[in-house]
Amino acid sequence: MAKINECETLSPKQQLDLKNKRLVRKLLWMLLGSLLFAFALVPIYDVLCEMTGLNGKTKNSAAVLAEAKVDNSRWVTVQFTTNVMPGLGWNFYPKQSSIKMHPGQIETVIFVAKNTTNQVVVGRAIPSITPGIAAANLKKIECFCFVNQALKPGEEKEMPLRFFVSPQLPVDVSDMTLSYAFFPSVDEGK
Amino acid sequence: MSTTTVAHHDDHAEHPTGIMRWLTTTNHKDIGTMYLTFSLIMFFVGGAMILGIRAELFQPGLQLINPEFFNQLIGVHALIMIFAALMPAATGFANWMIPLQIGAPDMALPRLNNWGFWLLPPSAILLTLPFTLAMFGIGDGALATGWTFYPPLSVQGGIGVDFAIFAVHLLGVSSVLGSINIIVTLFNMRAPGMTLMKMPLFAWGWLITAFLLVATIPVLAGAVTMLLTDRHFGTHFFDAAGGGDPVMFQHLFWFFGHPEVYILLLPVWGFIPQILETFSRKPMYGYKAQVYSFWAIGALSVVVWAHHFFTSGMPVPALLYFMYSTMAISLPLAVMFFCWIKTMWKGSMSFETPMLFTVGWIILFGIGGLTGLVLADVAADAQYHNSYFVVAHFHYTLFAGGIMGIMAGVYFWLPKMTGHMYNEKLGKVHFWLTAISFNLTFIPQFFLGLAGMPRRIPDYALQFAEFNMISSVAAFVLGLSQLLFVYNIVTCIKGGKKATDQVWEGAQGLEWTLPSPPPYHSFTEQPTVK
Repeated sequence: MAKINECETLSPKQQLDLKNKRLVRKLLWMLLGSLLFAFALVPIYDVLCEMTGLNGKTKNSAAVLAEAKVDNSRWVTVQFTTNVMPGLGWNFYPKQSSIKMHPGQIETVIFVAKNTTNQVVVGRAIPSITPGIAAANLKKIECFCFVNQALKPGEEKEMPLRFFVSPQLPVDVSDMTLSYAFFPSVDEGK
Repeated sequence: MSTTTVAHHDDHAEHPTGIMRWLTTTNHKDIGTMYLTFSLIMFFVGGAMILGIRAELFQPGLQLINPEFFNQLIGVHALIMIFAALMPAATGFANWMIPLQIGAPDMALPRLNNWGFWLLPPSAILLTLPFTLAMFGIGDGALATGWTFYPPLSVQGGIGVDFAIFAVHLLGVSSVLGSINIIVTLFNMRAPGMTLMKMPLFAWGWLITAFLLVATIPVLAGAVTMLLTDRHFGTHFFDAAGGGDPVMFQHLFWFFGHPEVYILLLPVWGFIPQILETFSRKPMYGYKAQVYSFWAIGALSVVVWAHHFFTSGMPVPALLYFMYSTMAISLPLAVMFFCWIKTMWKGSMSFETPMLFTVGWIILFGIGGLTGLVLADVAADAQYHNSYFVVAHFHYTLFAGGIMGIMAGVYFWLPKMTGHMYNEKLGKVHFWLTAISFNLTFIPQFFLGLAGMPRRIPDYALQFAEFNMISSVAAFVLGLSQLLFVYNIVTCIKGGKKATDQVWEGAQGLEWTLPSPPPYHSFTEQPTVK
């Protein structure tokens, strides 16, 4: 109400200008808010993904070897697929295409990478799991994807993945696919 | 709604002549005219691009254009049609009609208004310049990712992507400025006695649109800015190798992209009932219900975005949520369809060109809406996603629901804006040619999509040949018949039968109380609305 009183001394034209300015200022704040919201969505998205497994990301660090009991009552099949992204002159494949295991059982799978170029190349493997809901249940003890991998010209390297599937895996998931995409490393210096 | 007399101020207002008039104008009618003219020109630019596509798709195999150029054409066609044809057309009507409809002397922020318009031509040039640059061997042409800019393709793309990003920034600034202006005008400049719930429906549609634009355009601007920094400044928002996620771009883009659909349609939903009541000669049915439906759709539009990429991978509960919330949008829309039909019910209808376009619009937009429900179904979408079914669906909503609606508005208000009646016979021919060739263009595309033809591919399997041939021929008829539209507009501006003040027998509202054409400065003394 105080604002209206302050207007009374002004001409109608000035009053309108004042009202317009106030509203424009509010709308500009709203605009700024939406812009901040756009950038805030980036961390929000990451948190949501971690909670829901939306994008099939796994934890990028070694799981603590739980004293989990092996659940012999059911089987889960883990399939492996590999991709090499553009700009990385490597061959990359798993030695076995799938593994059938009990939840809780620890297994090791060997992946092979070969640098076909004549330069030292550093790559980084990015994992993704389908269905996303199972992503949190695939626990890696040791993985070549935790760090950058450097290959000398023509070098071939066998890289182990040691992992288990948590017994907490939802019962309706009997198959999961672990996909690795090898990217050229974006932080070669580190 | 009754009004006091119109102030006959000075018909021969002082303003610069020639090009300086248009560069420096702050008059809402001049700016509205510029928006509408710009929109019409860009409608033909975007149309010419898609005729290139349809010519290539006339036969299987690659005949006329190479795949890279094909990809550039589809993306730029979409950006031009959405941002440079449909949105400016709606803004043009807003500038022309909102002050007249609410009894205001002008828009609230006239200089901002001028700036908002003059950002558009540079952004149109930015969008199309890479085509020309490529001819001189600079760069590899325009944006080739489709209008959605999905990474990683857009991170790897050439300079066309950068041009498109800056064009989107400028277009965004322009439409946000326009929106702020409209909101302020509607809140502060209404004639005494005109409460919000007495505002014409067109003003209501624009109010919601303007708020949606202010809320979502910054998200698009943010997303393409992240893309820009990913491309040039070493960030990894969308780069999986650096810990980012390309799917996040889809979330950001469609958080803007879905409301954008309603941004394009709400102004049309606003004036369609006004045309219906005019030519049915009875007041519109369910004004309040339609206003509340606008609100409902505006609110729902920002929470349904992920139905555009069901196949990108989502947990089942998220799929279900986005499916049901998307389908919920059909409820307020059904209310509006009911109101439109009830407005015509037992009215004494006549079918001048604006009414023809409006009735055709209701039917065709209905088809667009119903096929949208099919796509909203997660199980069905797995098959139809990225097929020509999607292309046909959104052209029913955006060409029929958007552009044909705008055309209805043009024929409805053209006599008011120019002071002359357009050629009625030519208008009707234009309607029938448009409606028939539009259906012949896109009905085959529904069948193509159901049969599995993917969109955005320059070549296709032999079994799709006949439907593509029909679609291409009809697309050329559709494109060429729009020349009638231009001819009709131009002759109407130049002369013709004098239009009366009310123009149409059943026309209601403040804009019809002014002379046709309205004086350069109108409502310098505000009318009172009872």
